[in-house]
Amino acid sequence: MAEKILMKGNEAIAFSAIRNGVDGYFGYPITPQSEVMETLMKEKPWETTGMVVLQAESELSSINMVYGGASCGKKVMTSSSSPGISLMCEGISYIAGAELPCVIVDVMRGGPGLGTIQPSQSDYFQTVKGGGHGDYHSIVIAPASAQDMYDFVDWGFELAFKYRTPVIVLADGIIGQLMEKVELHPMKPRRTAEEILRDAPWATTGKTPGRDRNVITSLSLDANTQEEFNRKLLAKYKAIEANEVKYAEYLTDDAEYVFVAFGCSSRICEAAVDILREEGIKAGLIRPITLYPFPEKEISRLAGQAKSMMSIELSLGQMVEDVRLAANGQCPVGFYGRQGGNIYTPEEIVEEFKKFNKLS
Amino acid sequence: MMSNEAIAKKKQKYMKEEIIIAGFGGQGVLSMGKIMAYSAIMQDLEVTWMPSYGPEMRGGTANVCVIISDKKISSPIITKYDTAIILNQQSLDKFEERVKPGGLLIYDPSGITREPVRKDIKVCSIDAIEVAAEVGNAKVYNMAVLGAYLKMKESLKMENVVKGLEKSIPARYSDLIQKNREAIEKGMERVKILSESK
Repeated sequence: MAEKILMKGNEAIAFSAIRNGVDGYFGYPITPQSEVMETLMKEKPWETTGMVVLQAESELSSINMVYGGASCGKKVMTSSSSPGISLMCEGISYIAGAELPCVIVDVMRGGPGLGTIQPSQSDYFQTVKGGGHGDYHSIVIAPASAQDMYDFVDWGFELAFKYRTPVIVLADGIIGQLMEKVELHPMKPRRTAEEILRDAPWATTGKTPGRDRNVITSLSLDANTQEEFNRKLLAKYKAIEANEVKYAEYLTDDAEYVFVAFGCSSRICEAAVDILREEGIKAGLIRPITLYPFPEKEISRLAGQAKSMMSIELSLGQMVEDVRLAANGQCPVGFYGRQGGNIYTPEEIVEEFKKFNKLS
Repeated sequence: MMSNEAIAKKKQKYMKEEIIIAGFGGQGVLSMGKIMAYSAIMQDLEVTWMPSYGPEMRGGTANVCVIISDKKISSPIITKYDTAIILNQQSLDKFEERVKPGGLLIYDPSGITREPVRKDIKVCSIDAIEVAAEVGNAKVYNMAVLGAYLKMKESLKMENVVKGLEKSIPARYSDLIQKNREAIEKGMERVKILSESK
């Protein structure tokens, strides 16, 4: 049986990086995700797997170190929290423009500005709708447990290399700080130079016999060339939307009321569903696991069967816009959120649900 | 997908213990929760450990919410607790009212200035400072409190707590494991039931 260890979500990110053959981590400390780098520094993977761990002088540097490492076909990543991710957005746009794979972990805290260090989910717009400039998407995956934090690093790299695109693991202060049982999977070694040549033939690997010079750039001054490139990106995004949607449903089969929630909120909603079911109200939950690509078809299907839907988020209401687009008027879509680091309880959600549906 | 009957079945024989441990930073609140969480894993249970984190931790109060269950745990965020373990006055003021009726409140009398007032819960006290002094190590204070909890609730077994201790204390401090164990045992002996729930 695989070993099960008690750890924080943030620690799980670090252990997963070491155990899944990541080549480099570049970061800058910020609450509530500082344990990621703390754990890496404590574990000293440079002495075992050869993984590089470096504290950069700022988030601007760390994302550009990721840009450089990714250009060489290496598995490189960074992590930060909301204000730090804002600083990285220029770099993320360049990485998307240069079609490079990498994993970026955002353990969200309340904003805007420096905001609070407490949990929040208010970077949905920033990560799902862009963040940086230009016509691009990052794949955004939302963990809801320490185990997810562990698993999503590896899954993130798989997606990042498959599509040559940045992948954002969108966590929050709760999932980062929460300690749970984590099952460690067998170690994967770092890729050898030969394996990089095989898996990333586009990478800048120095003078390599048998191929033309590889150029990594996001610059393209000719309008037609740029448009052609944009359309190439579009085809890639269509493929991601067709193949990579992931979600989880809870008691939706006969549900007359459906909650939509991701990350920590999906777990709090699950408890709210249990309370409502005990009262005989047929409630259910859909948890988008991928936020981009968004489970549009599934939400549309549930909107067709439900009397109403409610998006529950630790924000002023961001994902709810996508839920409304997917529901497309088939049923009313409500919203309830908390902000500033305050967190709703299952009972509070039940109360707001009843208010919205005039059920009390 | 589960039918309503399946849910009802799921609820049967379903063990879930929701605990808040609250006191000053430095009293070992978080590490006590961690040892409980480790013990639960040794017992093959599900567990979540959610600390308060933020500006209040600097010299102020610290608390951690531990949920132990034999089923997958959904929400790690809760407002009502089966057990509140209270080590200072601020925490008593905040959490006494949040203990579920019929629940348990354990407190250290040296940390508080007024007695708990609830009559619908079981109230116990543990003089953990005295125990720590007897064991001869201030660091085992929190383990005396844990002992009191273990005596009152049967969710965690002593053998698993010892395994939990071994997991969370490095081998080179093995003498500390013995001292922690001593404090737990003394805590179990010294806990006083002040009132049963009415």
